[in-house]
Amino acid sequence: MSQEVRIANYNINFGPQHPAAHGVLRLVLELDGEIVERADPHIGLLHRGTEKLIEYKTYLQALPYFDRLDYVSMMCMEHAYVLAIEKLLGLEVPARGQYMRVLWSEITRVLNHLLNITAQAMDVGAITPSLWGYEEREILFTFYERVSGARMHAAYFRPGGVHQDMTPQLADDIGAWCKRFPKIIDDIEGLLTGNRIYKQRNVEIGKISVEDALDWGMTGVMLRGSGVPWDLRKSQPYDVYAKMDFDVPVGKNGDCFDRYLCRMDEMRQSVRIIEQCLAAMPSGEVCSVDRKISPPRRGEMKGNMESLIHHFKLYTEGFKVPAGETYTAIEAPKGEFGVYLVSDGTNKPYRCKIRSPGYAHLQATDFMTKGHMLADASAIVGSLDIVFGEIDR
Amino acid sequence: MDDAIQDLSKYVSGALEAQILSSTVANGELAIRVPADSIRRVLTFLRDDQNCLFKILVDVSGVDFPDRAKRFEVVYNLLSIKHNHRIRVKVETDEATPVPSVVSVFSTANWFEREAWDMYGILFAGHPDLRRILTDYGFEGHPLRKDFPLTGHVEVRYDDEQKRVVYAPVKLTQDFRRFDFMSPWEGADYVLPGDEKATGKA
Repeated sequence: MSQEVRIANYNINFGPQHPAAHGVLRLVLELDGEIVERADPHIGLLHRGTEKLIEYKTYLQALPYFDRLDYVSMMCMEHAYVLAIEKLLGLEVPARGQYMRVLWSEITRVLNHLLNITAQAMDVGAITPSLWGYEEREILFTFYERVSGARMHAAYFRPGGVHQDMTPQLADDIGAWCKRFPKIIDDIEGLLTGNRIYKQRNVEIGKISVEDALDWGMTGVMLRGSGVPWDLRKSQPYDVYAKMDFDVPVGKNGDCFDRYLCRMDEMRQSVRIIEQCLAAMPSGEVCSVDRKISPPRRGEMKGNMESLIHHFKLYTEGFKVPAGETYTAIEAPKGEFGVYLVSDGTNKPYRCKIRSPGYAHLQATDFMTKGHMLADASAIVGSLDIVFGEIDR
Repeated sequence: MDDAIQDLSKYVSGALEAQILSSTVANGELAIRVPADSIRRVLTFLRDDQNCLFKILVDVSGVDFPDRAKRFEVVYNLLSIKHNHRIRVKVETDEATPVPSVVSVFSTANWFEREAWDMYGILFAGHPDLRRILTDYGFEGHPLRKDFPLTGHVEVRYDDEQKRVVYAPVKLTQDFRRFDFMSPWEGADYVLPGDEKATGKA
């Protein structure tokens, strides 16, 4: 007796003001009942024209824009940019500067993963991890503030090294935090890894094969979760990563749960790297002493005419970068973050293309959510680890 | 590492002889220049050849050189995780000539090409969905072109009478100040009219 009724698919707007949209993602979802048929992400709501602005600034003035790209892993963004400049300049970074950069990059990685893991947990209904994660993030922000003066947008990495040295007290405090922090990871893991609801929402959700991950340009945890041991810190090491002893966690199934596990383990590895940095940190300069590129210390400036001239020249005209181009990439917490820098020999970048990992990952949303339930869309978006600062630029 | 790059450079130049216009190694990075109409063939070769296996298209970027006859460069950055190499492939085009889209070779090219269209107005032939991506709905112009002003053309504000957000031409209370700090002793190139010494005739 039943009569077949054709139900038309209907569209819903997911975001831009949705707590699980991780910022300003507008996802137009075409639904067949509760099954996602098509997902069309509309991005650009946070577009600030960073690349255009950078073309109108000197190399040093452009640096703080990088903090504001991926605003949960600030120093890693700066890292790619300064490495690109150094490559074009052929500039050597003193050993202590390199160790400092690796140390702070890893602190940044922990910062990022803490936010992502706990936000992903919140997307699927668990609130407690985010409260615990934020507490630790606050401690790390305090470290940021003590070394750079700013809690988030540090502008700490400079061409030639880092801006200033850290105090011995700060090094001790970071060391003490390293001892304590693995316990926090265990606690969060205790809440999530064995949790039945968390597993139901994440296991076998958003599965991606190696071929698809490569085709969609995925890097970082998105690729490692599918079982490819690819980490730029190992395969194309920059600064002193080659001297560090750490493991690259790799997933098996390429689903949301494996990506979560990878991130969890990466935090443990980051703590290992931080401890090695603190132990092996040499003494000496933290920034290049090439005064044609890195400005002199305030103290020198007060008593030395030449330093004063250097300071004036570097903060007005800036330094010139020889004509050339480079694509320099680092292993950011979210994946491969690259800077394609074209210099025409002047004091301003001619072109600075920012390759953000989130951009490539987000465009696979359609592919990954197809056939999943609506509620899984937020779990998938959460596991992509997207931040709109870097996607919209 | 440098030897490996040189070997790769030789191998790619040999295998793609007919297509390659030039090949350079600078800063330890290999860059090749190919004609626009063969980009799809070149990228397919680089992706599938056993000695290349550039499986990841990391980035597609436009660059604007207004002085050139073909003002735009499209730059493809590729990564081979098998051989741990990177390569950069460049093509040239202008406002009117489309570059063949490589979405059929790498799915990830989709958004990168949309971005290049949005930012530079570079056309891609055969792209499944060449819409704007980063700029506002209804935006006009291509903001990363060198002749597009930094301040843009329109600004938005909320109009209390019409009860909606309206677009109006940009009004600057102060001119946009662009300081030229280039040293007059090093950077500038002064040409005095009628200065015969400048041409070396004197």
